Amino acid sequence: MTDTHGHHHEGEHDHPKLGFWRKYVFSTDHKVIGIQYLITAMSMAIIGGTLSLLMRLQLGWPHGSFRFLANLMPKAFDSQGHMNADFYLSLVTMHGTIMVFFLFTAVLTGGFGNFLIPLQIGARDMAFPFLNALSYWIFLASCIVIFSALLVEGGAPLGGWTSYAPLSALPDAGPGQGTGMTLWISAIALFTASGLMGGLNYITTILTMRTKGLSMMRLPLTQWSLLITAVLGLLAFPVLLAAAILLVFDRTGGTSFFIPGGIVLGNKLIEHTGGHPLLWQHLFWFFGHPEVYIVILPAMGIASDILATFCRKPIFSYKMMVYAMVAISGLSFIVWGHHMFVSGMSPFLGSVFTITTLLIAVPSAVKTFNWLGTIWGARIRFTSPALFSIGFVSLFVSGGLSGIFLGTSAADIQMQDTYFVVAHFHLVMAIAPLFAAYGGLYFWFPKMFGRMMNETLGKIHFWASFVGVYCVFFPMHVLGIGGQMRRIYDPLNYEFLQPQQVLNVFISVSAFFLAAAQILFLVNFFSSIWAGKRVLVNNPWQATTLEWETPCPTGHGNFGPELPVVHRWAFDYSAPGAKEDFVPQTAPAVPARQL
Amino acid sequence: MADGKGLGRITTSGLAFGALMAILIVISLWLFVAQPWWFPTLASVHGAEIDSVFNAVLIVTGIAFVVTQALLGYFVARYGSAGNEKADYWHDNPKGEFLLLTGTALILVVLVFMGQRVWIKYYFTKSPEDAVTVQVTAQQFMWNFHYPGADGKFGRTDLRLVTPTNLIGLDEKDEASKDDIVTAGEMHVPMNKPVVVRLRSKDVIHSFHLPFQRVKQDAVPGLAIEVSFTPNLAGAYEIACAELCGAQHYKMKGSITVDPSEADFDSWLKAKLSERTGD
Repeated sequence: MTDTHGHHHEGEHDHPKLGFWRKYVFSTDHKVIGIQYLITAMSMAIIGGTLSLLMRLQLGWPHGSFRFLANLMPKAFDSQGHMNADFYLSLVTMHGTIMVFFLFTAVLTGGFGNFLIPLQIGARDMAFPFLNALSYWIFLASCIVIFSALLVEGGAPLGGWTSYAPLSALPDAGPGQGTGMTLWISAIALFTASGLMGGLNYITTILTMRTKGLSMMRLPLTQWSLLITAVLGLLAFPVLLAAAILLVFDRTGGTSFFIPGGIVLGNKLIEHTGGHPLLWQHLFWFFGHPEVYIVILPAMGIASDILATFCRKPIFSYKMMVYAMVAISGLSFIVWGHHMFVSGMSPFLGSVFTITTLLIAVPSAVKTFNWLGTIWGARIRFTSPALFSIGFVSLFVSGGLSGIFLGTSAADIQMQDTYFVVAHFHLVMAIAPLFAAYGGLYFWFPKMFGRMMNETLGKIHFWASFVGVYCVFFPMHVLGIGGQMRRIYDPLNYEFLQPQQVLNVFISVSAFFLAAAQILFLVNFFSSIWAGKRVLVNNPWQATTLEWETPCPTGHGNFGPELPVVHRWAFDYSAPGAKEDFVPQTAPAVPARQL
Repeated sequence: MADGKGLGRITTSGLAFGALMAILIVISLWLFVAQPWWFPTLASVHGAEIDSVFNAVLIVTGIAFVVTQALLGYFVARYGSAGNEKADYWHDNPKGEFLLLTGTALILVVLVFMGQRVWIKYYFTKSPEDAVTVQVTAQQFMWNFHYPGADGKFGRTDLRLVTPTNLIGLDEKDEASKDDIVTAGEMHVPMNKPVVVRLRSKDVIHSFHLPFQRVKQDAVPGLAIEVSFTPNLAGAYEIACAELCGAQHYKMKGSITVDPSEADFDSWLKAKLSERTGD
């Protein structure tokens, strides 16, 4: 594979100078593409986050009058300044969709995947650089399409990010189910195509382009997680794409994949027959559950590597960490039914999916033990990336444990579709990965831009965020136990929910505090690109992996004339007898004592 | 750099993190043990078993939560770096890992069995012959309830007969439908008698949720799904829709009244029937 890139071997300085557009915009350099993914996804996060604040505004003060916002968005509010119910639901759909696909999947695999894969395996670029660039541009197109759903007549779809049929299959079932839904499907199809291109590239690159000496069992855990994630994506995304295409047929082609006979809308019987609504749920969750792990696994990989670096200690039980990820990814394809315990699916299947679901908790628990084992006996350097990775562990535990309630089908009867579920998946698949992603951004920022982010701001950002996320998401468990349903525009409409409204107010206030803390990050990130402290060494964090052999920022072609040669695993921190408390992967393979 | 063994340095950051973990544990214990907000009052027989499964999981996960977060807080507080020595160098303990792995698996197996006992009993027990059967038809954004009346037979329904005043498409010509009762949003059942709910939907997916009776079942167009429960506490309760079904989803509310005796229930049925027939 490396032969195709033979012209890179002279290193960066011999490259023909590229103009601004070729270098920073239409680039095929994996690092530029990675940064493009990161910054595009960050923009989407700002949109998705703003939408969630609007939701919190409504949930905290359901009968509130928001005249200022009503002036900004006259179609979304009535003349008294009350938010419209259909607008609230379009916020629900768009927040979920944007955060799951366009933030988390994009940042973790598109952003970190592109940036880190060649750097950490000692390659000069991805296996297919053009395909890589194409993947980004299609992703950008999908971002624009999904955003435009907010602007069209009728607004964004209101069926939630899961788009259950037949609500999603019937353009007349509500505002936003027409044009808005069509745009939603188009964006998801584009995103899927982009993800497939990325996935093919990641797998090929990691399997075939590792530098000399870098065996699979010497890969950093980030690389393992990205490889496994790419495999999950290749198997799961096509199912979503197929489901989306069937949905388009149902909406416009007169087919009835998801629409049964005998549907009455507006007192009129509609002309569909023979479809099954649960088919959509099976297809969606066959994709949707692996998707959860497409987000969590890279977060686990990144957090593990950062944790080891700042604990100055090898990751505890590297092999088990790899096996656990493989086990999780395999099991992730046979647990989807736990989203459907009360859907009308056969209760016998409910029993089967309970067993597989609690099975997947075992490798997840193994990972938690291993993170604790890594921190035990460490010498922690409390940098921003370290704090965010430690925070990740705490949040993963909190979010993971509530999954056991939901995976137990009998307990799920009451908890399904309540805020208990909202608390669970936000902590485990949104907030924990967010913390890992923040850790990764603080950690690799010098490699990306040649400057450091401000550590003081970074630490304030961590403490405020850590307290903030617990204040926002922990009380949601209690709301759910009290029975508050998800996707409810006005919880006060139910008498039995009124006594716990004080929790909704508390959560909303905390959410605004949490959002304010994220502004610190944005200011720090963008100002540091130009004004951060310059990094003059290759390895400011004293880490072991290959990307730290390259200058900050890394130039085109990544490595000098010769590719690095690897002699050891990625976790030689605090090896007895070594001069320093870290031994880079490239250090010659003499016994540690003689170093 | 010197080799490191034993405890590290206590740092401000480490201590702060440890303190936050302690606060998290204390607040969690307050929320989940003192229970200032908790489940809606229990009002059905099987609900007690669902709650007990929840509580069993709560005890197991609660212990795991406290132990893990406490260890994390302690390690982070206790193993800071002073910058002059290495960390402990160990990265494997196959025996310990094996014990933790099998321990976790065993606990989860026990939870599976506890939960499945309740799940199977709930879904695979045949309801008795004399159960009160109610056909529930969901639509955007209301619940329609259909009782068979004195003859115990449901009149024929046909969705082609749906009109703004005949929302479930009841065939008035069918002999069995003469004494049927159809209500919108209002359900009655007698206390301590098994109830079978036959759920249908006319348009999109809804979810029939009785928070107090611990019942939740999606209503799926094209399917008739039965769930049963035995209410054991008289009173009026809310019915919620738990599956997003469109713009006015939050308004899709109904009421279920559990009558203290069968006589009360029968007199409600009679009153409803006379409303319909105009007697």
